[in-house]
Amino acid sequence: MSGATHVRYELLRSLRNPLMYALSVALPLVIYYAVTSGNRHAFVSAAGVSFPLYFMTGMAAYGAMFAAIGPGARLARDRARGWTRQLRITPLRARTDYLAKVLAAYLVALPALVLVFLAGATLGVRLDAAQWFEMTGLLLIGLVPFVLMGLILGHVIATDALVQAMGWLVVFFALFGGAFGSLFNSGAMLTFVKLLPSYWLVHAGPSALIHGDWPAQGWIVLVCWTAALIPIALLAYRHDTDAV
Amino acid sequence: MGTLRAESVGIRATGLTKSYGSVQAVRGIDLVIAPGETVAMLGPNGAGKTTTIDMMLGLRRPDAGTVTLFGVSPATAVRSGLVGGMLQTGSLPDCLRVRELLSLVASYYPHPLSVDDVLARTGLGDLAERSTTRLSGGQAQRVRFATALVGNPGLLVLDEPTAGIDVEGRHEFWQVMRGLASEGKTVVFATHYLEEADAFADRIVLMAHGRIVADGPATEIKANVGSRSVRATLPDVDPESLRALPGVTNVERHGQTVILACSNADAALPALFAKFPEVKDVEAAGGSLEEAFLELTAEGDGPRLQEVAK
Repeated sequence: MSGATHVRYELLRSLRNPLMYALSVALPLVIYYAVTSGNRHAFVSAAGVSFPLYFMTGMAAYGAMFAAIGPGARLARDRARGWTRQLRITPLRARTDYLAKVLAAYLVALPALVLVFLAGATLGVRLDAAQWFEMTGLLLIGLVPFVLMGLILGHVIATDALVQAMGWLVVFFALFGGAFGSLFNSGAMLTFVKLLPSYWLVHAGPSALIHGDWPAQGWIVLVCWTAALIPIALLAYRHDTDAV
Repeated sequence: MGTLRAESVGIRATGLTKSYGSVQAVRGIDLVIAPGETVAMLGPNGAGKTTTIDMMLGLRRPDAGTVTLFGVSPATAVRSGLVGGMLQTGSLPDCLRVRELLSLVASYYPHPLSVDDVLARTGLGDLAERSTTRLSGGQAQRVRFATALVGNPGLLVLDEPTAGIDVEGRHEFWQVMRGLASEGKTVVFATHYLEEADAFADRIVLMAHGRIVADGPATEIKANVGSRSVRATLPDVDPESLRALPGVTNVERHGQTVILACSNADAALPALFAKFPEVKDVEAAGGSLEEAFLELTAEGDGPRLQEVAK
């Protein structure tokens, strides 16, 4: 048995979902162009972060978050249709299934990111190759908690409530993470939003530009979220599939 | 896989019980099925067939008792690709075509059949490129059957496989099943159609109220559940003399009441009146299998069970 076919079909199923294109590709691109066209020469910080760069990362993060939770939505649909139960009487291992879903999420997220980057380039974003590379790397790493959240929701939420739940989840994290612009520049709320994984996702671009990396706090926040979500995902999986 | 098959028993269930809340769905099942056997689990709705099958497949954990498939746990057998199943409920995943779905499922198994072969055998050739969400109920059921086959497992467990399939489709379905059985596969299927069990299975396991109430060659079971049953008050009569009546296949005595399972009630009734003029309270129960089950299994467990069986 090889997991390659499973990965291929997970990806195929992602790519056949029109909602996926709308949310992870079209929506961020449209918002990006609409908002950035008039602010091409603005700067968001004294450190030289241009508005097009900041907002490019924000929209890339926004679209990629939708791509990352996509497999969770598919899981919920399969669960509602009884297909996950059918899979449990085939030799497919749960971990192969999970890995395939994560891989498929990334294979969808990556082109979604690249498209927003291309849009950024047309609006004057200029980074050197290492910075593009670092920014992409940070964005992909920062998506891990969102892939996990998608899978958790896929195991616990009924499908009719799922699209809404996932929509609100992404909007919440995107908004407070600053994907549409920084909401807080000081005080307790800034401290709070810096505890969200999306804050660091959104700041992957500026971080890459200025430091080539996140500050330590970014790594700590992401590791903590991931460490907390993995056991929750396992619990959700067990709760869902336990023979009763 | 060779070591797994070393055990000469296909399925061995010992003392299986399972309750859901206060409802006892399965009340102690002991069953041994040899490799290559084709066994029908026959019974009315609520007899415990699906729960038993789910436990065989490792989808439900028995409250007590054990199941092994080819000498190993259901989970191990499933992981080794020895099992193909068709569950009673469930539909197909979306965003896939029929052929793609079968290729996907085939990829999970170590020695799958060719997808084209399976499509042809199950009459899905014309639907191969159809989206899984654009199938009629009967077509979807065929695809579900095909997904159970495509992995080429040694054991097929099918829970009401022909539900929702039209008469012609059923005929084709059993044609395919005959082919599989002749290839030496072990087949267990649940049904509430006596005709299906009779036409296709080597052996019928008759279930009611969570128990096995009869287990034997199809002909024997068919005779027992008969097409009609006759109940009468007739004390002090030797059951053997009743069994000798024309059209009577089985006799049970409960106190003063006797229950005759009849293959031909039209012949049995006149003979009964002629030979035992003292007979009273004669009732001929309708011919449904469900009623026959209830007649045969009403002993001890009163109305509550009938409710469950409904």
